[in-house]
Amino acid sequence: MTNHVSENSPKPVSIGQDAWKVFRRNKAASAGLVVLTTILLISALGPTLYGVDAYSMVAAPFIPPGTDSTVILGTDFLGRDIAAGLIVGGQATLLVGSAAALVTVIIGVLVGATAGFYGGNVDEVLMRFTEFFQVLPALLFAMVLIALFSPSLLTVTFAIGVVAWPQTARLTRAEFMKIKQLEYVTAARSIASTDRRIMWMVILPNALPPLIVSATLVVGVAILFEAGLSFLGLGDPNVMSWGLMIGANRPYILDAWWTVTFPGISIFLTVLSVSLIGDGLNDAFNPKLRER
Amino acid sequence: MNIAFAIARRVFYAVLLVLAVVVLNFLLIHLAPGDPAEVMAGEMGGVTEEILHDIRVSYGLDKPLLTQLWIYMKSVMQGDLGQSFYFNTPVAGLILSRLGPTILLVVTALVFSVFIGTTLGVLASRKPDGFASAVITVLALVGYSAPVFWTGIMLIITFAWLIPIFPISGMATFGSTGGLFAQTLDVFHHLVLPAISLAFIYVAQYSRITRASMLEVLGADYIRTARAKGLPETVVVYKHALRNAMLPVITLAGLQFGNLISGAVLVETVFNWPGLGTLAFDSILARDYPTVLGLLLISSIVVVIANLLTDICYRLADPRIQTSHKV
Repeated sequence: MTNHVSENSPKPVSIGQDAWKVFRRNKAASAGLVVLTTILLISALGPTLYGVDAYSMVAAPFIPPGTDSTVILGTDFLGRDIAAGLIVGGQATLLVGSAAALVTVIIGVLVGATAGFYGGNVDEVLMRFTEFFQVLPALLFAMVLIALFSPSLLTVTFAIGVVAWPQTARLTRAEFMKIKQLEYVTAARSIASTDRRIMWMVILPNALPPLIVSATLVVGVAILFEAGLSFLGLGDPNVMSWGLMIGANRPYILDAWWTVTFPGISIFLTVLSVSLIGDGLNDAFNPKLRER
Repeated sequence: MNIAFAIARRVFYAVLLVLAVVVLNFLLIHLAPGDPAEVMAGEMGGVTEEILHDIRVSYGLDKPLLTQLWIYMKSVMQGDLGQSFYFNTPVAGLILSRLGPTILLVVTALVFSVFIGTTLGVLASRKPDGFASAVITVLALVGYSAPVFWTGIMLIITFAWLIPIFPISGMATFGSTGGLFAQTLDVFHHLVLPAISLAFIYVAQYSRITRASMLEVLGADYIRTARAKGLPETVVVYKHALRNAMLPVITLAGLQFGNLISGAVLVETVFNWPGLGTLAFDSILARDYPTVLGLLLISSIVVVIANLLTDICYRLADPRIQTSHKV
């Protein structure tokens, strides 16, 4: 077998490999990836490894962190182990956050792609619809939806998706409007491809890089939403989450700072790592920044 | 198209948006599981069969859906947002009595974040690798990632408990006496921590956008002209450049108003600030739906008005828009 690529020519790399190389060079983004992976691993394996029930009373209430080796991060107002709460609470926050981000992206891409692709009256109507959703204060609207349809992981997920999609829709619309003018789309039209095929098989793959970056940021936003809603007591009342821990311990913050500080740091680190990864992906996908 | 016509069109459009929110509320009442009359009465208000009957009659709940919508819209347009059986008072009055504190909080946070944000942004644009730029980068990361309610709680723990220089919660010292001046000062003392918590995210956003827009404007021809005719650098930067660089900031500030109100719901709950946010929290816990839906409507109206004002401000601030419309 003969090798057609000569020794001196650069090895061909895919867009993915190239992006990964740029991403790895971004120290902050790499750190974000490491932190997020750690958090995901702790949430997935932690409950089994740690073995303390987050819902039951294990010691006296309000034990400060570092004073009792059985409850290293202290206990809350009910004597529940804060560390166990952090480990289990991550599951709901991450699960709802990423599921809600998925719902957000699906609604946003559907609306934005249709508006951008068809233009004209379709665009006008859909953009008015989007503007209407931007007028409603998102958190309040989500609170109303959850209160009316009773809180559960599912309603919280959909409520966040329903209020958070407009930005994704605007971005998708802009990308579709730009890309639909390009030659390869005209080429696809000339071979009589259907609209659906052009939208999802031709334009969407080319619009993906900015959409992936924005989807990463949407995950951060959704996690903050979930935390805010649980803090207000509108999460699933039977499922431990970081926001719920802060909300439940709020009356005692002056007696037990640790009960709210650690769950907050967990939310902060998660969203921070997600947004650093988003920045890194932005660099990786942006050809203008490649040559730096 | 002159400016008056453009504004009139915007006002008309704003009214349509508000009507759409009314329709949304109506849909929510009917989509929610259970009897619409019970939704309109709220769950925990000691509602009797008589009250439910009254609601059914006054909102025509036995009539066709479109007739019901018409009756509902008519009563809302007349300022009747229903009765809160939990707070035992008409919803419209209840919400209006809480509007002031929220506007005070939101506007203070907005002014604070725009002021600090643009100042940092201008400083950073003049020295892109300087201290201000580093501050902006850190603020942007922390501001975006820290949940606003947690920032508020951390501020309480730090500045009301560890270093007790600010009050823990509320809007005024209970039973405080003194003149108008002393009372105003007291309210502002209570306002500091909630306003900072709410403004925190936006300081970073406004400084980033100011920096970007200043860097762009400072390269424009008219800035070179201003410098060439010997104007002092401060006049060039603050009078010529900043006015033009402020336009994206104004746009963003207007668009952020809805987010500010969302943030206010959380911040008010943390600080027991007696505004719409704490009312939303209390009424949702009590499943007091008329108040909850009224809040959604009133806060949307606030956002619509804020967007309108932004649009007008934008037209006044941008000299190009003014002249091009006069021609």
